[in-house]
Amino acid sequence: MTTADEPALTRDDVAHLAHLSRLELTDAELDTYLGQLGVILHSVARVGEVAGDDVEPTTHAVPQTNVFRDDVEVPCLPHAAALASAPASYEGRFRVPQILGEEA
Amino acid sequence: MSELMDSGLMDYDEALERFDPVLGLEVHVELGTVTKMFCGCPTGFGAAPNTQVCPVCLALPGAMPTVNRQAVEYAIKIGLALNCEIAELCRFSRKNYYYPDMPKNYQISQYDEPIAFGGYLDVDVDGETVRIEIERAHMEEDTGKSTHIGGATGRIHGAEYSLLDYNRAGVPLVEIVTKPVTGTGKAAPAVARAYVAALRDLLAALDVSDVRMDQGSLRCDANLSLMEKGAPEFGTRTETKNVNSLRSVERAVRYEITRQAARLAAGQTIKQETRHFDESTGTTAAGRSKETAEDYRYFPEPDLVPVTPEREWVERVRATLPELPWLRRARQQAEWGFTDLEMRDLVAADGVSLVEQTVAAGASPGEARSWWGSYLGQQANNRGVTLAELPISPTQVAAVVSLVNDGKLTAKLARQVVDGVLAGEGEPDQVIAARGLAVVSDDAPLQQAIDDALAAQPDVAEKIRSGKVQAIGAILGAVMKATRGQADAGRVRELVLKTLGVDS
Repeated sequence: MTTADEPALTRDDVAHLAHLSRLELTDAELDTYLGQLGVILHSVARVGEVAGDDVEPTTHAVPQTNVFRDDVEVPCLPHAAALASAPASYEGRFRVPQILGEEA
Repeated sequence: MSELMDSGLMDYDEALERFDPVLGLEVHVELGTVTKMFCGCPTGFGAAPNTQVCPVCLALPGAMPTVNRQAVEYAIKIGLALNCEIAELCRFSRKNYYYPDMPKNYQISQYDEPIAFGGYLDVDVDGETVRIEIERAHMEEDTGKSTHIGGATGRIHGAEYSLLDYNRAGVPLVEIVTKPVTGTGKAAPAVARAYVAALRDLLAALDVSDVRMDQGSLRCDANLSLMEKGAPEFGTRTETKNVNSLRSVERAVRYEITRQAARLAAGQTIKQETRHFDESTGTTAAGRSKETAEDYRYFPEPDLVPVTPEREWVERVRATLPELPWLRRARQQAEWGFTDLEMRDLVAADGVSLVEQTVAAGASPGEARSWWGSYLGQQANNRGVTLAELPISPTQVAAVVSLVNDGKLTAKLARQVVDGVLAGEGEPDQVIAARGLAVVSDDAPLQQAIDDALAAQPDVAEKIRSGKVQAIGAILGAVMKATRGQADAGRVRELVLKTLGVDS
């Protein structure tokens, strides 16, 4: 967790995040997002200033636990409907561009 | 392949003289629930592509996941059977990555708060108990199945793309992760295999999965690193995927030991990467470079609330734990009267449940073990398959045993009947009829053959008559030859002695 005291986000960090998100960013864009992400991180880090060790991290807005469903089948989407919004399909499957670095 | 040329493989024994292997095993088990982890789609194997999908598992906008209670219960059951603690509170996390096998662009998994942690599994390796420490067992969802088209396969000329079937996406999984297993030395491949086998048996006994390695409902990733003898720290590990049989687990670990040893000995480094095991060559090849845990940017899944298994629930599940496979085996061994060695051979050959079913179908334990342990074992070896993969059922084996006991088949004929069943010629009765294998039980043709044999060998007949009954072998041989081996030797013996007026 970044706190206000920690070193700020670097340009390399942003480039790495862009790579993980498979986004191709120009140098100018990297600089833009470096600034914007820095502001966001700094804002979030301020939470750490008020939340002490005695405060449990909250991950959900609703104080609920154990919301389960029974193991009972419900109807699936009709096959045609499942594929309807796919940009491309082939033999009943979703067709996507070749996965880079993966052997055919 | 270039890698092989770089540094080759080191002789296995030499590798173990210089290095200590460190194992880590990650086993994914698909749970046998009726529906998926977070939606009500069915989980059956083999349906037409994308017919078991819905807005949740296709990640259509607005769809929300809901946890399958039965899957959580199975995860608790697995954790308890592995002597783990069950978390008082655990959460799901998103594992983010860009890969089309999950339509959400993330997989719902558990990260720092698994449902079960800190257990162990005691595994028998050639008569010695090895304790494998379990780091954790966590819940997650399976990914879809991708098929890569084009490139080397050339299935569609010029086209290079991937096809996705999301039927499997969202099927409940439990991933069981060991702590690093050290100190196994030369036995590392055998330990890896024995662990996966024990886990498979355990999961089958728990009835939480059909544990079919061939269908991918039980999958193993084998992590391996080497450390120079006396080194203070573990070396860099590789993670070998696609290890889809017990035999492959053993081979993959062995291969990685020899490959890594050769690289290290040549002053090269080991790259932390995912490798794929090739069943046909028994080798591993580099896959995509592994993203680090940080790169997955795990964060708590906001669409799901925490799971806090009440202690009463956990105890209720504990009360349903069945007899553990190794205790069951000890009991079976006592019931069947097998020696330790006989039982160990049977376990090693994966024949325990086959013998059990053969006994249940009416054969005696000794006869069942004899068939599966020797003749059928040889047949399986010859064909390079497991006992269970042989095209003969325990019921059919029991039927053959029963025919032998009734005097309708000799031991030799019984093997021919089994050969016929294995060759796909039908049930034992059908094979006997088609091949004309029944024992000649009608005395008339036997008597004729005996009379002929005695007439042809009067000196032998005289010896027998004078009390040298051991000479009967020559007559038996002639009669068996005349009846093409289809006579019951015991009956022939009786008839010969009767013919010659000798008391049997």
